[in-house]
Amino acid sequence: MASMLIRGGRVVDPDQGIDRVDDLLIQDGQIVAIGQSGSQPLGKVDETLDASGLIVTPGLIDMHVHLREPGREEDETIESGTRAALAGGFTSVACIPNTEPPTDTQANVEFIRQKAARADTCNVFVVGCVSRDRAGKELAEIGQLVEAGAVAFSDDGSPVYDAELMRRAFEYCRMFDKAILAHEEVLELSRGGVMHEGQVSMALGLKGMPAAAEEVMIGRDIALAEVTGGRLHVMHVSTAHGVELIRQAKRRGVQVTAEACPHHFTLTDESLRGFDSNFKMSPPLRTAADVEGIINGLVDGTIDCIATDHAPHAPEKKLLELDRAPFGILGLETAVGLCVTRLIDAGHIDWLRFVDAISRLPAQILGVNRGTLRPGAVADVTLIDPSLQWQVDVSTFASKSINSPFDGWTLKGRAVATIVAGRVKYRLPR
Amino acid sequence: MTMQTPLAAAARPLQAGSPPAGWSHQHLLDLEELTAEEITLILDTAVLCKEATEGCRRKIDVLAGSAVVNLFFENSTRTKTSFSLAARRLGADVIDFSASTSSLSKGESFIDTAKNLQAMGIDAVVVRHGTPGTPHLLASHLNVGVINAGDGPHAHPTQGLLDILSIRERLGDLKGLTVGLVGDIAHSRTARSNIWGLTKLGAKVILCGPPTLVADGWRELGVEVSHDLDAILPRCDVLNLLRIQFERQHTRPFPSVREYAHLYAMNRDRLRRAKKDLVILAPGPINRGVEVTADVADCPQSLILDQVTNGLAVRMAVLWLICGGRSSTQASKAAEGRIV
Repeated sequence: MASMLIRGGRVVDPDQGIDRVDDLLIQDGQIVAIGQSGSQPLGKVDETLDASGLIVTPGLIDMHVHLREPGREEDETIESGTRAALAGGFTSVACIPNTEPPTDTQANVEFIRQKAARADTCNVFVVGCVSRDRAGKELAEIGQLVEAGAVAFSDDGSPVYDAELMRRAFEYCRMFDKAILAHEEVLELSRGGVMHEGQVSMALGLKGMPAAAEEVMIGRDIALAEVTGGRLHVMHVSTAHGVELIRQAKRRGVQVTAEACPHHFTLTDESLRGFDSNFKMSPPLRTAADVEGIINGLVDGTIDCIATDHAPHAPEKKLLELDRAPFGILGLETAVGLCVTRLIDAGHIDWLRFVDAISRLPAQILGVNRGTLRPGAVADVTLIDPSLQWQVDVSTFASKSINSPFDGWTLKGRAVATIVAGRVKYRLPR
Repeated sequence: MTMQTPLAAAARPLQAGSPPAGWSHQHLLDLEELTAEEITLILDTAVLCKEATEGCRRKIDVLAGSAVVNLFFENSTRTKTSFSLAARRLGADVIDFSASTSSLSKGESFIDTAKNLQAMGIDAVVVRHGTPGTPHLLASHLNVGVINAGDGPHAHPTQGLLDILSIRERLGDLKGLTVGLVGDIAHSRTARSNIWGLTKLGAKVILCGPPTLVADGWRELGVEVSHDLDAILPRCDVLNLLRIQFERQHTRPFPSVREYAHLYAMNRDRLRRAKKDLVILAPGPINRGVEVTADVADCPQSLILDQVTNGLAVRMAVLWLICGGRSSTQASKAAEGRIV
């Protein structure tokens, strides 16, 4: 098979502690070497990519993506969603099982994997349901799902409401060393809510979802992970106090990890003043203090990962009254730009930490052999232009949906090439 | 007979058709977006309308040829009737549109419904909806005037205006007055519209009710928050008694109606401890025995029925300012067209 030399880029690989301008050699879909010495057989390389001025990273991994298929192909399909991933610089996504039917059987896992193989785009890692039919009553056949290839378990979209079932899930998943990805929400506190409960919701007369609705459930699940020794991964943390709960739990040695979404470190509940449903998601946009808390959590590592919670909804569904419009926004194609603009350029984190949060740690939490540029690893590589200014235009998105609140924003930083297993799967059109 | 009554004199300029100058908004969505001058303009126009129609009982044809649609997604008797009558008093055609008997029940989105109505050449939509922001969404998709007749707990600008007009009629300038809003602040669009309108006009606002209905966070909007009606009672010039909106709540915000009435109902005993000329408002529908006892609702200090008449006057003013400005600009555009 072919060989490829990515020449002269700034190679950032936290797994090896590398951040230097160097060459990267790929052969037969694997990383062969980093460095001038490794790129010896220069004469024989089939393809050379000039990466000068670009960042070269292990392929980005979004561990929280709703591909919608099967069941809601009008919003997104496995093919369109993975194309959006490639355009955003992601070589892998983990797809969340709240499809119709939910991913709670081997056959459903197999369906997704076959569709993904046929799409031949990026890697799709399948997250299985915690509970049968995602109904929160009894455990799904977790062992069978693992055999079929599920990498983690989640009832996301809903919390696992029964505390005993959650406890059993933690205990049972230990056998397979799989994490439970938890959507944290006390429904009695948030029901009917469309935005964060606070000063803005009060003035607008919109039903709020208090921060406590998320924090109480984070607290419960930390306690359950602690008592069972299970692995908790807190999805889309949105409150400063939620971050603090996770920080304390980590100090005690609880097996807890966490992710934050770009919108939660970029926007606040003030955005709802225009009543635009593209600012409606769950958990909701919080306050400026919460944004600060999330950023601090990303800086000190309390929040391990950045994930997008890419949640496409067809335009006619979002163009409804605010309480009827569904929760969720697109994330895949704006994530890199928002991270560079809001985190790296703003001086909060460096490139090593960014790649750690969006490649190495997601791979580690999901237990998949990605997120590194070590020789021998699968050659998933992303090339990012860190200084490219671009304007978000949803009409150019690969996603089937357009529900991004960032439409029209000018961002800095964008993936210019996405390489999966040594093949260039996406190139930013010039 | 050549003798003219002052009323007829006031009515004469109205026949010309174009509304008082100074109004620049296409829609009326909430009072938050208006200046004190604009609020006063609406109130003054309402007074003009009230006088010209001899207390809202006669017709003036300033909006002849205009069409107004009432688009009500929530039940309403008085507001819908009031808007209909106000439009008819100004000579406009009125179409009542009920969400339950329309294509909306066949799955059409309300924006498509509204665009269809617009295509029929209407001038304004009066919209009531259970969800905050729906009139704003409509306004961003339509070219016609959108008047918010209540969007969930968010805003009910004409209610705020009619409350303020009723106070102004009885007590004069709002500046320096202390107005207590008592009851279900959390779910009340009337409360929010009163807060914006009153504070812009220089009144002091006190919100009063149990902490489950009156959050401390309201203080950041520059109003006072109290949970003790008896403590604030002697300082109030006006009390606006808001209905408990049981229909908007999942769990009861207080143990029983009996306990609520004990703590917050305006009754004879409390009336005795209030200022002599205390004015009492209630947006209605009122729950006698919950927020106000029957004898107080009917006492001379109660402006409850004046509010209803002033509601008509305010809605005439708003319709006139929004549709009148629209038709005159259209007329002048048409005229320009002819010249060119």
